[in-house]
Amino acid sequence: MNWFIYEFPKWLKKNLFNTPVNSVVSLFIISLGLKASMYILDWTFLSAVFTGDASTCRESTGFCYPFIKEKFPFIIYGFYPRELIWRPTLAMILLLSSFFYVKEPKRWNKYSLWILSSGFFLFFFLMRGGLFLEVVTNDKWGGLPLTLMLSSIGIIFSYPFGIMLALARRGNLKILKTLSITYIEMIRGVPLISILFMSSVMFPLFLPEGITIDKLLRAQVAIILFVSAYMAEVIRGGLESIDKGQYEASNSLGLSYFQTMRFIIIPQAIRVVIPPTVNTAIGMFKDTSLVLIIALFDLLNTTKSSLKDSDWLGFSVEAYVFVAIIYYVFCYAMSKYANRLEEEFGIKSR
Amino acid sequence: MSENIIEMNKINKWYDDFHVLKDVDLNVKKGEKIVICGPSGSGKSTMIRCINRLEEFQQGSLMVDGININNNIKNIEAVRKDVGMVFQHFNLFPHLTILENLTLAPTRVKRVPKEEAELMAMEYLDLVRIGDQAHKFPGQLSGGQKQRVAIARSLCMRPKVLLFDEPTSALDPEMVKEVLDVMVKLAKEGITMLCVTHEMGFAREVADRVLFMDEGRIVEENNPNDFFDNPKNERTKNFLSQIIH
Repeated sequence: MNWFIYEFPKWLKKNLFNTPVNSVVSLFIISLGLKASMYILDWTFLSAVFTGDASTCRESTGFCYPFIKEKFPFIIYGFYPRELIWRPTLAMILLLSSFFYVKEPKRWNKYSLWILSSGFFLFFFLMRGGLFLEVVTNDKWGGLPLTLMLSSIGIIFSYPFGIMLALARRGNLKILKTLSITYIEMIRGVPLISILFMSSVMFPLFLPEGITIDKLLRAQVAIILFVSAYMAEVIRGGLESIDKGQYEASNSLGLSYFQTMRFIIIPQAIRVVIPPTVNTAIGMFKDTSLVLIIALFDLLNTTKSSLKDSDWLGFSVEAYVFVAIIYYVFCYAMSKYANRLEEEFGIKSR
Repeated sequence: MSENIIEMNKINKWYDDFHVLKDVDLNVKKGEKIVICGPSGSGKSTMIRCINRLEEFQQGSLMVDGININNNIKNIEAVRKDVGMVFQHFNLFPHLTILENLTLAPTRVKRVPKEEAELMAMEYLDLVRIGDQAHKFPGQLSGGQKQRVAIARSLCMRPKVLLFDEPTSALDPEMVKEVLDVMVKLAKEGITMLCVTHEMGFAREVADRVLFMDEGRIVEENNPNDFFDNPKNERTKNFLSQIIH
């Protein structure tokens, strides 16, 4: 309280009202901020509808919570059988917990890969069923679990491929180098949508009759192939930044090419490029929403479909705000995590 | 023949059109300490970097401890196990602790068990008087400390030959002595050393021979006292008059 009376005015004067121009700008921005927050408060709370149905909502100008309540299961789980919804829920919790466990650098050891794999194994087992669980084929999967699956597998697999492509591109072997450059430039020269299209429409035409490859799998592979090219370029940037002396020191100690890369160059290169790597990861998390054009029901597609219910027409703002918040939470978490990693490694190696 | 650990025979090297090494001949006996000096661009660093094949050469032959250095990667890796190198800019691995910097090569290249490698590493860290810093990262050390760690790191491979490429040139003046002290100590223990440096005091104290290189050739070679007190070659005289104030 004392602080508020004595220090706060000083702080205001020093930071917001120190010159006439600053005072005017501050007042303007503060009034805008107040106005915006009043509007948001009114929309989300004062005029919002908390109970009722579509008609109650239509009479009000505020946010329609009953719509979210009604459509929540469909947006989050898609066409997954309603009575089995505990399974994708548990699947997501287990997968996210395995990420949560593995994310700490101090826990990076030979077991982390096992924990990650078991996270994915349990995820797929719960999603698909089998043994004592009823089987749910993957054309029924959708919503948040699908988005999480496509993006996390995409990120995890594209990383080692990216490293290999980057090493090939910088290596001395002409053939590998040419192949890598061709691959990266071709993939980067084409939008993700067209690669997804090819995977879903053209690719099956080339397969011999009777052989089909699962649509979801094809989409997943397409995403991995696409992101690998971007990861490769990000990692190459890191490789370029490593001083020539590091190679020389490592060689002079007798380490082979692969040992030099594995223990000296790649660990350093990866640390340098944490920010652009996360940038790519966040980008791809959102890009998975493009699978809607090949009729997979990811989070954004379930949201769009929920708007087509004739009983609940006209609540697109609610739906998109809701799904935007979900996307935001995940992207923000990734970005925070990246900051932590940077700090941790920065302190250690400076 | 057999007591020569390094035999360089008419080595020639070009960077594109630039002739860096011209018919360089050099035999080094086991346990010998050699100091190489000369103006910058004279090829002295390039010459010692040929010995562990950080640089290729186009003509001539080079035997290190009986192994012929050619394009065979097996031979190159074998030689590198026996030849340690200390660089002007230390080139420690910044993402590893001091201890890990030292144990990496023994455990990965020679497959020494981790505990044994760590014991040996601590021994060498004590030798360079830096044992208390083992769990720090290179970024937390001063230049002189880093260079001493670099020396300990190459010792951990128990090399037969140690190459020093201007080990004190990147150091602040007050740190030169602590590094030179360590080098003198090593020299007295009998390891074969080739050292590119302009530290005349060091050369006088430990060198068996001092070489002067200019424009890719070994111009003069002599024992340190005669080399410094009455150089024969005109270019050596010029060079010495410039570095001794």
